[in-house]
Amino acid sequence: MSASVLFDAPGPKARRRSALLGIAGGVIFAVIMALVIWKLADKNQFASYKWKPFAEWSTWKNYILPGLWGTVKAAILAILISVVFGAVLAMLRLIDVPKSNSSTAIALRAVTWIVTAWVELTRALPVLLMMLFIFGWLTAHGQGSGSGPLIATVAGLVFYNSSVMCEVIRSGVDQLPKGQSEAGRSIGLTEGQTVRQILLPQAITAMLPSLISQVIVILKDTALGYNVLYGELLYRSKPATSLNGNIFAMLVVIAAIYILLNYAISKLATWVERRLQARGRTAGPAAPAGDPAGPTNAPGVATGEAA
Amino acid sequence: MSSLFSDYQIWTALWATIRLTFFSAIGSLIVGTIVATLRLSPVGILRFVGTSYVNIFRNTPLTLIILSCSFVLYIQLGISLADSSDRAFADINGFRLAVVGLTVYHATYVCEALRSGFNTIPLGQAEAARSIGLTFSQTMREVILPQAFRGAVVPLGNTLIALTKNTTVAVTISVTELSAVLKTVTERDPGLLNMAFLVVGAFFVILTLPMGVATGWLGKRVAVKR
Repeated sequence: MSASVLFDAPGPKARRRSALLGIAGGVIFAVIMALVIWKLADKNQFASYKWKPFAEWSTWKNYILPGLWGTVKAAILAILISVVFGAVLAMLRLIDVPKSNSSTAIALRAVTWIVTAWVELTRALPVLLMMLFIFGWLTAHGQGSGSGPLIATVAGLVFYNSSVMCEVIRSGVDQLPKGQSEAGRSIGLTEGQTVRQILLPQAITAMLPSLISQVIVILKDTALGYNVLYGELLYRSKPATSLNGNIFAMLVVIAAIYILLNYAISKLATWVERRLQARGRTAGPAAPAGDPAGPTNAPGVATGEAA
Repeated sequence: MSSLFSDYQIWTALWATIRLTFFSAIGSLIVGTIVATLRLSPVGILRFVGTSYVNIFRNTPLTLIILSCSFVLYIQLGISLADSSDRAFADINGFRLAVVGLTVYHATYVCEALRSGFNTIPLGQAEAARSIGLTFSQTMREVILPQAFRGAVVPLGNTLIALTKNTTVAVTISVTELSAVLKTVTERDPGLLNMAFLVVGAFFVILTLPMGVATGWLGKRVAVKR
């Protein structure tokens, strides 16, 4: 609690006041909720026939679970590929280019320049735009059906998130003490070995909570696949509602699934963060504190806010 | 290239994207500030309401929220946000529903950005304010909030950039903004696809790049030197 910054320990008067405020706030909140529920009930949204399908196995078997599997499948693929690509991009961006004009130095400079441009560009473009483009491209080449939607969804997620992961890893390396790479060089490791064997493992450990939080972003963003006809949770479950007209009930159930999943993942991130701090495994300061599911506050990284 | 502009009304779509961003940014700033106040208040139940709001809406995909605005708010509950006798009713209503969805979702990020702004304020500031006898609301108005907003400039800027990019999700309920252009081109004229992607993508870079530069500059400029 940040109560310490904003409030003194309450005295008897303040406690009375906050009790009153609590009651007033509670009443206002209850009134708003009652209005919402009344409005929903007025439009017959709580009718039992609209909720009964969720007590039947067939609804889950035919619609929700296959959709959930579609969501999880796309998310897992996107996470795995993004982590690998992100680490590669980070390594390429971390190359310390010698200041000579030899041809290798020029080539290296070109590589880091291209990687930098790529990372900045893919982070600046909306994920959905990349999905739509890839899907359009696949459709134009006769690949629109079949695995086209999955490829478009995963590829769009990978383009964006590998660059985000690259930046998270890079800022993790930046936070390491300078002595770490000096030590690596002094025991005769090459630069690549220093990065791979000393810097990257520490950076990834330090940034693990941020990386886990990014998993939530990816999981949520798979829902964008709805627009490229990918069979994720929303896309697969919506047809089930046409018969009973219970789209409200369905959206509530789907939202609950997402909220539970993501809440669990964010708890995992907090737990990992606490463990890392307790063990003192990170050389630098650990991943930015604060709410783990929130936007990553690492320098120069704008994450966590995609759809 | 020219047919892209004449047949697909890219300028109109760009204008819609800008308006979506503008109105949703204002809305989420207002709602986000309220939610942040709730989350930071000493009253347990208010804090619970604020925290629940953030946990519920931040963990729900934006696609689902925007889809709910159209299917639940409008179709099921019959709440329309435009004059139904208007000929452009469907467009205006869809646009406003999308603004509602974008606002609800991004308010959580505004709230968290403001909270991170609060975290930059040293304890002594509030103690000093209290010790000279300022009331809670005076402390908030004169000491805490101005500094919190300054500290929150950069995270708020990141939220604004994310919001700009997320306006594309409005295509889910058929709002004709920039990504809808790309979608239509995909369906009608695949030959124009590359060009459309380049143009629309360039628009997003042009929109978001100045935001990042401006908020980065402003963030440094207004940062409270401690």
